[in-house]
Amino acid sequence: MHLTFDLAHFTPFASLTGGLLIGVAVAALLLGNGRIAGISGILGGLLGAVRGERAWRVAFLAGLLAAPWLWRLAAPLPAPVIAATPVTLVVAGLLVGLGTRYASGCTSGHGVCGLSRGSPRSLVATLSFMAAGFVTVFVVRHLVGG
Amino acid sequence: MKTFVAFVGGLVFGLGLILSGMANPAKVLGFLDLAGRWDPSLAFVMAGAIAVGLVAFRWARSRRRSLLGAPIELPTATRLDARLVGGSLVFGIGWGLAGFCPGPALVNAGSGQAQSVLFVAAMLAGMALFAAFERIRRRSRRASP
Repeated sequence: MHLTFDLAHFTPFASLTGGLLIGVAVAALLLGNGRIAGISGILGGLLGAVRGERAWRVAFLAGLLAAPWLWRLAAPLPAPVIAATPVTLVVAGLLVGLGTRYASGCTSGHGVCGLSRGSPRSLVATLSFMAAGFVTVFVVRHLVGG
Repeated sequence: MKTFVAFVGGLVFGLGLILSGMANPAKVLGFLDLAGRWDPSLAFVMAGAIAVGLVAFRWARSRRRSLLGAPIELPTATRLDARLVGGSLVFGIGWGLAGFCPGPALVNAGSGQAQSVLFVAAMLAGMALFAAFERIRRRSRRASP
């Protein structure tokens, strides 16, 4: 397979800086609260969370939801481009919700925190969801839609 | 104070997702499309986040309590089982279908973006399904020791 680069959309500096910010957030939650910044775990843990476990989860998610509003105070929010149909969005959402809970983590919990910690489980999880993502996009774009 | 740190953490995480391009499904799919025109940007997001994460987790390993006195709770599971691999594969298929993983979907839903709100609603339903399946599994285990 021949690899062609999309240089028109390549944003190494913004992506690296954004990644550093994500790392700072992970560090803040770990150094301050002793917790892993895994989004699916924080959200899924709210369903059935015990007392004393709820407040920090709600606060973290509120921060996540508030981020685009803070961004808008300084600059126009980049509009997301979403090609998926409503049916695809619902199917994808169900798979992401179910899968991340069975796997005990997603891109943040396994991909960022787990790999930073050197966890073999997170390495296996990250390789698995990346592989599934690559194959799915290949099937959708080049086999079915091509 | 811990609630405040969690809020700021979520805020900074969200700003990072927007700045990096992770919050844009088209960009995520551009990264996952190896056979098309490949945009490697998201590898830079991972590199940046892990670079800081490595330092933070090295610090955490030598300590029992956080700076605010909370116990440091790191995952203890070590088993590489079907739940981990199967769950990750299912997640990856959903990720590849829409270009959304949980964090970016929440950030976009926060701005009131309708498609993202729909995705998040379905994702919550998926998480609720998992919780229901787990309850059934625990109950049937207790019934047949």
